[in-house]
Amino acid sequence: MPYRRSIWRTLHYKPKRKFTFLQTSYRCFSCSLNVGQVQQNKSKDTERMTHFGFATVPESEKVLKVGAVFSSVATSYDTMNDLMSLGIHRLWKDSFVRSLNPGSRLPRHDIDNKSNGWNILDIAGGTGDIAFRMLDHATNINKDRETRVTVADINSDMLVEGEKRSLETPYYKSGRLTFMQANAESMPSIPDNSVDLYTVAFGIRNFTNKQSALVEAFRVLKPGGVFACLEFSRVSNNIFNEIYKRWSFSAIPLIGQVVAGDRASYQYLVESIENFPSQKEFRGMIQAAGFMIPGQGYENLTGGIAAIHKGVKPVLKM
Amino acid sequence: MLLFLRQRAGPLTARTVTFQTPPAGIYIASRSFSVLNRPPPNYPGHVPLTPIERSALAVGSAIGSLLNPRRAGVSNLSLLCNCLFLPDLIAALGETTATPYFIYRLRDAMLSSPTGRRILRDRPRITSETLSLPYLRSLPFNTVGHTYTTWLDREGVSPDTRDRVQYIDDEECAYVMQRYRECHDFYHAVTGLPIMVEGELALKAFEFLNTLIPMTGLSLFAVMRLKPAERERFFSLHLPWAVRSGHASKELINVYWEEQLKRDVDDLRAELGIERPPDLRQIRRFLKEQRKREKERAQAPRTVSHV
Repeated sequence: MPYRRSIWRTLHYKPKRKFTFLQTSYRCFSCSLNVGQVQQNKSKDTERMTHFGFATVPESEKVLKVGAVFSSVATSYDTMNDLMSLGIHRLWKDSFVRSLNPGSRLPRHDIDNKSNGWNILDIAGGTGDIAFRMLDHATNINKDRETRVTVADINSDMLVEGEKRSLETPYYKSGRLTFMQANAESMPSIPDNSVDLYTVAFGIRNFTNKQSALVEAFRVLKPGGVFACLEFSRVSNNIFNEIYKRWSFSAIPLIGQVVAGDRASYQYLVESIENFPSQKEFRGMIQAAGFMIPGQGYENLTGGIAAIHKGVKPVLKM
Repeated sequence: MLLFLRQRAGPLTARTVTFQTPPAGIYIASRSFSVLNRPPPNYPGHVPLTPIERSALAVGSAIGSLLNPRRAGVSNLSLLCNCLFLPDLIAALGETTATPYFIYRLRDAMLSSPTGRRILRDRPRITSETLSLPYLRSLPFNTVGHTYTTWLDREGVSPDTRDRVQYIDDEECAYVMQRYRECHDFYHAVTGLPIMVEGELALKAFEFLNTLIPMTGLSLFAVMRLKPAERERFFSLHLPWAVRSGHASKELINVYWEEQLKRDVDDLRAELGIERPPDLRQIRRFLKEQRKREKERAQAPRTVSHV
């Protein structure tokens, strides 16, 4: 009898029980990786859930939450990028634009002599970083003054910031640069088969549904058009990865707090990087949207901290 | 007791686990963790930091507050421009430097007094919602509530909701820090010090001697940023006042402000042992007018002779 009672007590007072009162229904962003992953599997309710960093939120909420993050960092976006990548993001963006060579003469331009310039769509490019580089490259290196860029972003604060910066470029009011507010997952105002180059730099990891954005990209691109995505990705070297992860989760939110006064946004950003699929997985998603993958499909930058993914819309054989 | 928690619970140790809620805050804080695997928060908004992170944030926020007074909670601008007031850095500095000793001392000071114990039990919060300003303004003249609203109107501020405490691990100590932060405006009102740098520094000196929170002492480094005249005033007028009042007064953290709103403010000051410092705004206005008159006098003879 006493033995059975002590077994009951052992079961009753298991070590695990110590943690029950610690499981708060409220979770801040910076809980452990493992706890975050466990919670993902739990909620398959009626409302479709998605990631917001390590938290799991209803899809409808994610757009608002991401919006809040970017509205708050819009004016200090450059500072944020400089902190997160120690200034290397400028080199990445330069390399990205150079490898795409916008404004160069394409075979299809010889066929339809409508315009020599490219029609570039830059998604989630609110502050205009990529757009300005594209126009500079086309104008100065390829001597092409007809290439035009449309900058689309879901966040109006980022667009306002981009418009402000465009005042200092020679493209302001030149007709070559337009800003529009749009959700990459559905852009009815852009006709099918109209875009030569679709770019998205450091934006796609914030999308609620990446696959829909890829499908939409496929729709708007001309046959032979290029989809190019520059995004944070998985580091290949293990030791470097450990250092990088510790820098991301420890130093970046701290610097965000001290410099920008916003720890939560930076915490979200590093968590969203962690959640982004690996290079091969993302290449698979691009392929699933119908794109043809050139070569390996991705190119690692700085050891895999960032990666450029490319896909080409196949030309239909007559 | 802590050791028992760390062992596997077996039939023998089951008998020792009889207390209701083991002190989880202490349990968490005693284990070191990796930044990739932070423990769950002890209260909403809690961000557990490693010691290195805490010291880095302390240093960073100290330097940041010195360089950018706006983020140190000081409004040097005119009364109209009180927007963009983000005192988050000084808050971070306060929280990261409060452990290991100082916030526990403050919490124990609260526990030693019956009113303090009641505050810790009731956990009242002072936010823009819990305080009804029209009601406070309607209170008779010279009550604490009326003095508070008069001060708010004079300075042109509103009782904005303060930042939540994030970096203190123990949940009760986090409340103590939150309470200190929310009562700060009441300290302003009772002493009558204005929100400009001079006034804030004088109040911080007073708070340091009263509450011993390191952030209040560290913010006195901002004395270097004062103009020479202001610095002289600080050392000759306000610092002695702070030392006198700070030492003589009772623990301000133990004042249950919500209950004292209808009380006569001079009565409260006498009970707490706070001496009212000279009206800083009046001094500054007087000196400004004096300087203006001297300037006019210097210019006047020239115009007269010209005619």
